[in-house]
Amino acid sequence: MAVTSTKTVAVTGNQAVAEAFRQLNPDVMPAYPITPSTGIMESFTKFVSDGKVDTETILVESEHSAMSACIGASAAGGRVATATSAQGLALMWEMLHIASGYRLPILMALVNRALSAPLNIHGDHSDGMGMRDCGWIQLFCENAQEAYDNTIMAYRIAEHKDVRLPIAVNMDGFIISHSIESMKFIPDEDVKKFVGEYIAMDPLLDIDNPKSIGALVLTDYYMEHKRAQHEAMKNVKKVVADVSAEFAKLTGRKYELFETYRLEDAEVAIVALNSAAGTIKDEIDRYWEKGVKVGLLKPRMFRPFPYEEVGAALKNAKAICVMDRADSYGGMGPLYMEIASAVANNRGAVLFNKIYGLGGRDLMPHDVDQVIEETAEVAKSGKVKMVKDYMTVRN
Amino acid sequence: MKQMNWKELPHAGTVLKAGNANEYKTGSWRTYKPKWVEENCIQCLFCWIYCPDSAVVVKDEKMTGFDYDHCKGCGVCAMECPGKKGNKAIVMEEEGK
Amino acid sequence: MSATQEKPMTLKSLSHKKDNLSGGHRMCSGCGAPTVVRQVLLAIDEPVVIANATGCLEVSTCLFPYTAWRVPWMHSAFENAAATASGIETMYRSLRKQGKLKKEMKFIAFGGDGGTYDIGFQALSGAMERGHQLLYICYDNGAYMNTGIQRSSATPMGADTTTQPVGSKIPGKTVRRKDLTRIMAAHNVAYAAQASPHNWRDLMTKVKKALATNGPAYMGIMAPCNRGWRTQTNDSILLSRLAVDTCYWPLYEVEGGKWTINYDPKDKKKPIAEWLKPQGRFKHLFAPGNEALLERFQKLVDDDWESLQKLAAAFGAK
Ligand SMILES: Cc1ncc(C[n+]2csc(CCOP(=O)(O)OP(=O)(O)O)c2C)c(N)n1
Ligand code: SF4
Ligand code: SF4
Ligand code: SF4
Ligand SMILES: [Mg+2]
Repeated sequence: MAVTSTKTVAVTGNQAVAEAFRQLNPDVMPAYPITPSTGIMESFTKFVSDGKVDTETILVESEHSAMSACIGASAAGGRVATATSAQGLALMWEMLHIASGYRLPILMALVNRALSAPLNIHGDHSDGMGMRDCGWIQLFCENAQEAYDNTIMAYRIAEHKDVRLPIAVNMDGFIISHSIESMKFIPDEDVKKFVGEYIAMDPLLDIDNPKSIGALVLTDYYMEHKRAQHEAMKNVKKVVADVSAEFAKLTGRKYELFETYRLEDAEVAIVALNSAAGTIKDEIDRYWEKGVKVGLLKPRMFRPFPYEEVGAALKNAKAICVMDRADSYGGMGPLYMEIASAVANNRGAVLFNKIYGLGGRDLMPHDVDQVIEETAEVAKSGKVKMVKDYMTVRN
Repeated sequence: MKQMNWKELPHAGTVLKAGNANEYKTGSWRTYKPKWVEENCIQCLFCWIYCPDSAVVVKDEKMTGFDYDHCKGCGVCAMECPGKKGNKAIVMEEEGK
Repeated sequence: MSATQEKPMTLKSLSHKKDNLSGGHRMCSGCGAPTVVRQVLLAIDEPVVIANATGCLEVSTCLFPYTAWRVPWMHSAFENAAATASGIETMYRSLRKQGKLKKEMKFIAFGGDGGTYDIGFQALSGAMERGHQLLYICYDNGAYMNTGIQRSSATPMGADTTTQPVGSKIPGKTVRRKDLTRIMAAHNVAYAAQASPHNWRDLMTKVKKALATNGPAYMGIMAPCNRGWRTQTNDSILLSRLAVDTCYWPLYEVEGGKWTINYDPKDKKKPIAEWLKPQGRFKHLFAPGNEALLERFQKLVDDDWESLQKLAAAFGAK
């Protein structure tokens, strides 16, 4: 198939996701405002008011009800999407598990923001990391283009018959959600064709085949239910790869389970999610010029986590610094824990963890330089000074 | 019922056989058993509308007896039964007697 | 055609209908809730879809791999039956609008008093305000029964519960209950009513009205619980009748702002003690020294009944 004609536009991350939502045309969208994701819903409800979509919105009275309504609507038998951040996601927590336990392919745009306390509205990943164990597919995006593209791909992944799981597409609050970026949209017809018609599985509204959704399940069956859910997660990797390949054919934009940047021959490796990757890539280029063999690994798919592939991609690294924009207090950073599991069977790599950028604290090029230099040092010495440390903080 | 393994479970654990609780017998819960005394019955069907366990069997608009597979022996039917001339058409008897 | 103009319902005619709640569920013997649900379902002629909050009704009627429901049914959590139903009903409207769904359906959410007066209050209020075409029914047994008889804001004053137990210093629940039906009426919903299963005709007529009305509807239905009330297994209907005859639980409805008392016992109004006495949870109210508590209970009931009568007089049919 020929690469589709695409229109270059200058929009914010939120506008890009709202545009993807418009093109996806979900049947129902429950929503509740919270900074920095509010813009998505504001742009989208304008589309609704202007009759540009078939979507019925439910302007609920809380995020708990937003996710509850998503669950009801999705189980009823149609496409559902919503957006939230931080406290909103935290309020949904109970229902996130129920969405995945009921195997409902709900789409959520998660605009990453710090969790209270202290109250803060800026970007970090504590919300996204907090939903790690909720059974959702989690995709992370560096910029508006990736957020748009992953949103377009999301239903295809979530609704696949071997998967049927909810999916969250993450982007950094403000840094991406509110910054204008030049990017490309796909024409409406191509999106429509790419996404296809919704195929419901055991919809509640199939009145001629009454069924009961959400039984009480005791010790005799709970574990079998969870084992089946685990299997669905195992199937995600292949589906993501297939859908991404098809997407690449359509748009020319290639997405893997994670992105590597100059990692192939690198001895020094940095791992980071989302927007920080942009700054890190620039600094990596500068350091190669100085003779430092440094590369980046940027996970796209965080749940399920592609341990084997990540382990293989990092096999030549002598030192790995995992940068976490969230903390697991009293533990290692959440991304660090994944990378440590991924490289557990690699030989010789030394790992350490930097916590950065909490509550939207800037990550400047000189901060990245410090990380690269320290990691290069560790690669040489084989010794880590501090396994977990905060950076971009006043000491 | 043979227990399913995880591959045999219905998708998302949805119960597809509507009303299959009927296959589950709650009659063994009873310590008292309702007995229908037909001659005292005025066919008011109060027993039917008040039974919590859908265990009063009505055919052609007439009370015909109990579904003892599901009747839990609560005695609500007997309590609400008006009967005839002060004589109840449902009496509770100790189970097994 | 309005439901009220139809020829009167009889049990004989109703007995031809399929029971949409099967036997074999695990509610306690003599529980009031399944009788309420059976009556509600028997009242409906259209296809209906149910959302159910966590609680006794939910756990006992759908215990994997069994379900007692013969109509589409969904449970997702404790506090969100109204929100879940909002989602289902909105998907229905969306699919109908797009021509993807042909059949007409009705929507009912069931919640216990805990799931309705307390933790589900916000979701209920939101759903009613948004105007979904759904009927929310609270089956009210006056405590969190499923988790072992803890007090809720529907628990009557003085009741012995496991979280406000009667002790030597504290005589059970110290405050009066919330009046949710009036709070729902204050939402200006299309229809709000109280019903009781002993009066099946009134209950079923109200369900029909609620579903025929244009807009959201709420019903509070008395549902005695012999385990939590510490009564006999055979007295659920007797006690729901007494709740009405004592005016603890008046039967009334509010239709488009019009208040109607459906049953006025007049001079046959019974003292509240008749409802309280058979219930073990109120035993201490009859102990010497607690006369004032009993009096206070009676006064609360009388005051509420009087104010309801005033509402009906002021805002009733002229
Ligand atoms: C968020 C949450 N909190 C607490 C519970 C525990 N819980 C389950 S059912 C229930 C009580 C239900 O009471 P009610 O709504 O009155 O229904 P009943 O069991 O009395 O019929 C409680 C406290 C829960 N499931 N979810
Ligand atoms: S004893 Fe109870 S369960 Fe049995 S038929 Fe009578 S009312 Fe129904
Ligand atoms: S309640 Fe008694 S009199 Fe009425 S139908 Fe049942 S058995 Fe007969
Ligand atoms: S505890 Fe009460 S409400 Fe719950 S099933 Fe038993 S009798 Fe019914
Ligand atoms: Mg209760």
